[in-house]
Amino acid sequence: MVQFPKWQVFAIVGVLVLGLYYALPNVFKEQTVEAFPSWLASDQINLGLDLRGGSYMLLEVDLEAVEKEQMTDLVENIRSILRSASIGYQNLGVQEGGASFTLRDTTDEMVSRVRSMIAQIDGGLLVTSSDGTFSVVYNDQVRQQRRISVVNQSIEVLRRRLDETGTKEISLQRQGENRILIQVPGVTDPEEIKVLIGKTAKLTFHLVDQNADPYSNSAPVGSQIMLSLDEQANGQPRRYVINKRIMVSGENLVDAQSTFQDGQPVISFTFDSSGAQRFARVTQDNVNKPFAIVLDGKVISAPVIRSPILTGSGIISGNFTTQSAEELAVLLRAGALPAPLVILEERTIGAGLGEDSVNAGKIASVIGMVLVVGFMALAYGFFGLMANVALIANLVLIVAVLSLFQATLTLPGIAGIVLTIGMAVDANVLIFERIREEIRNGRGPVMAVEAGYKRAMSTILDSNITTLIAAVILFQFGSGPIKGFAVTLIIGIITSMFTAIMVTRLLIVTWLRRRRPQTLGI
Amino acid sequence: MALIKMLPAELKIDFMGRRKIFMAFSILLLVMSVVLAVTRGLNFGVDFRGGILIEIRTTAPADLSSLRSRMGALGLGEVSLQEFGSPTDVLINIQKQDGEEKEQMAAIELVKSALGAEVAEYRRVEFVGPKVGSELMKDGIYATVFALLGIAIYIWLRYEWQFSVAALLALTHDVIATIGFFAVTQFEFNLATLAAILMIAGYSINDTVVVFDRVRDELRRFKSWEVYDVLNMSINVTLSRTILTSFTTLLALIALFLFGGEVIRGLSLGLIWGIVIGTYSSIAIAVPLLFTTGVRSPVPEEEEGNGEETAELIEN
Repeated sequence: MVQFPKWQVFAIVGVLVLGLYYALPNVFKEQTVEAFPSWLASDQINLGLDLRGGSYMLLEVDLEAVEKEQMTDLVENIRSILRSASIGYQNLGVQEGGASFTLRDTTDEMVSRVRSMIAQIDGGLLVTSSDGTFSVVYNDQVRQQRRISVVNQSIEVLRRRLDETGTKEISLQRQGENRILIQVPGVTDPEEIKVLIGKTAKLTFHLVDQNADPYSNSAPVGSQIMLSLDEQANGQPRRYVINKRIMVSGENLVDAQSTFQDGQPVISFTFDSSGAQRFARVTQDNVNKPFAIVLDGKVISAPVIRSPILTGSGIISGNFTTQSAEELAVLLRAGALPAPLVILEERTIGAGLGEDSVNAGKIASVIGMVLVVGFMALAYGFFGLMANVALIANLVLIVAVLSLFQATLTLPGIAGIVLTIGMAVDANVLIFERIREEIRNGRGPVMAVEAGYKRAMSTILDSNITTLIAAVILFQFGSGPIKGFAVTLIIGIITSMFTAIMVTRLLIVTWLRRRRPQTLGI
Repeated sequence: MALIKMLPAELKIDFMGRRKIFMAFSILLLVMSVVLAVTRGLNFGVDFRGGILIEIRTTAPADLSSLRSRMGALGLGEVSLQEFGSPTDVLINIQKQDGEEKEQMAAIELVKSALGAEVAEYRRVEFVGPKVGSELMKDGIYATVFALLGIAIYIWLRYEWQFSVAALLALTHDVIATIGFFAVTQFEFNLATLAAILMIAGYSINDTVVVFDRVRDELRRFKSWEVYDVLNMSINVTLSRTILTSFTTLLALIALFLFGGEVIRGLSLGLIWGIVIGTYSSIAIAVPLLFTTGVRSPVPEEEEGNGEETAELIEN
């Protein structure tokens, strides 16, 4: 224990020098560090949202709504197939998560004919039938794949909405099967984000059924009553009877920009070629008729087509403010979400609170450090000073490791560092107490140090490993800021073992060699 | 030269002799903790119960009673307000709203519009939906149970089974006593508190292992001694270290409690309590439990020799 091979001395000094090197950028201001030459370490500690301010949101993708929609589509598909083949059926609808119907003609021949017709709609369909009653569902594999793709697609759309330019530090992560975690640093108003994620933004263009009365209770077959997005002067939304058939949809948009027309904020849009063709055909056939622009089931406006629009670009007018026009333009450019999103959890921390927390954490760490350092010097004299050197080295190493691996430091993480400061001296205390005992048992300085280290070693390992187990489990199960607590603790336990066992030992052994003291002032 | 010596070198405190007093005290502590946790309940934070937490900084010192009556008029159910660290900082706690996540978001909007211009800064807005709240709770319970079992298994591998049982019981003691502490003080019990409990377990086991390690050593060294005496001596020789380490950790945590800011005050207080209870349980519960579970000195050497012979016979 009092022998140090040359390579070990180099390794210990090397680790400390590297630690200083990687910890150093944290001493400077961010701007100063950015000006560093590229070969120099320039990573500062990555502060969590609770320390730098920002928004954290956990969203759930409403997959049930998607499946319901798919089932409705399937039912409509089956309806049109059976109709066009003039096959009689009844009770067609969604039942127990599948499409279900009964044939009028229940002969085996007819049943197998319908079976093969349905199988052609989609390869992933499972068809069962008994006595002419059919039940059609998608198989598990197809459903699973759809779920995955809906969530991935949602993440893509959200990324385009929140970070069109790709320059912001927005983090979007998939969590579990159907959840998305959004982290946006430096947001002052989370409402802006919520506006951008709250809408599906499904844009469709429909013809208006002018013969039907919008104030009656039911709409004619193939039409439906829709309300306007904004209210009239009397506080009620306008009512429209809208033809269900989608003439053109937002999927065909290639661009949307907010702009002004006659001093009013409007949105100009451009279709791709197939969208432009359809748009041209519809506007040609329906001149002087109203054309409804529908967003998520609400009518934005229903302007009258004055002349055919052949260029594939147009204007959406409505009761917009400059801001709402810009927001809608962003949503349209990013595309529609495949499913509605529900906010399960939201935490927004203001930059002011974050800054206060960082400052409070710094003050607490420094004061904690001074108290512990002072106490150790009083309790162990010269050896206490050695332990203090190790304690400071420990702090430098923690900062270095956090910077190097870009682990996120959170407020509970700062608590973890302070706790580590208190506990880090433990290994040294264990060793020093053993050395004291050995001296009491009449051993000389070198022998006492040797035995003290040797005998304390297994205790240090066992006690730290058990604490490490608790910290690792905390990391595994904890969420958000708690993970940060576990991270600093894990790092702290490892660095404190290194500094206590290697650094103080090197210091003490060097001192023993140089001075050859007759007694240890311990 | 050291300026202060914590304890005289040769300590002979009869901890083992007082083990029944310790046991009685701890059982009383645990029973009271459980009773209080059940009857009085814990003051669950927004993390676990779901709901809304808003921290505001007002432009002038906040008029809590006016704020309170205005918040009460919103019809959001139970709304509690408290000053948070300074006269201009107010913490608003709003109970979980009936309905889905959407209703909770609407409640935030309502509160924000009712607060109006006197708010200089929204320092924090946290919303935890009912679904997530119960999940966080479940994860927390799993984490605690797994941590305790993980530690117990490690101890079992490194020592005899008696050590593992004693450690597990002592840790459970610390966890329950800490829950009791939060039931008595009604400090908020949130995710950070849960982390504190796990760390208390981690710290307490650290302490316990140090004494256990010594017990194992001394049992080997003094095979002819009574186990009772070996245990007593082991506590005594490690007592100086136990107290020193607890003291330095407490120093650091008191600094955190006083200067670390309002947000982690609950966390640091939980940790402070935990260090005290963890230190106590290592000495007064874990080691005496070794005696109760019947730990013994390692088998004398000649028997070990016999064992080796048998092994050779089997091999042949």
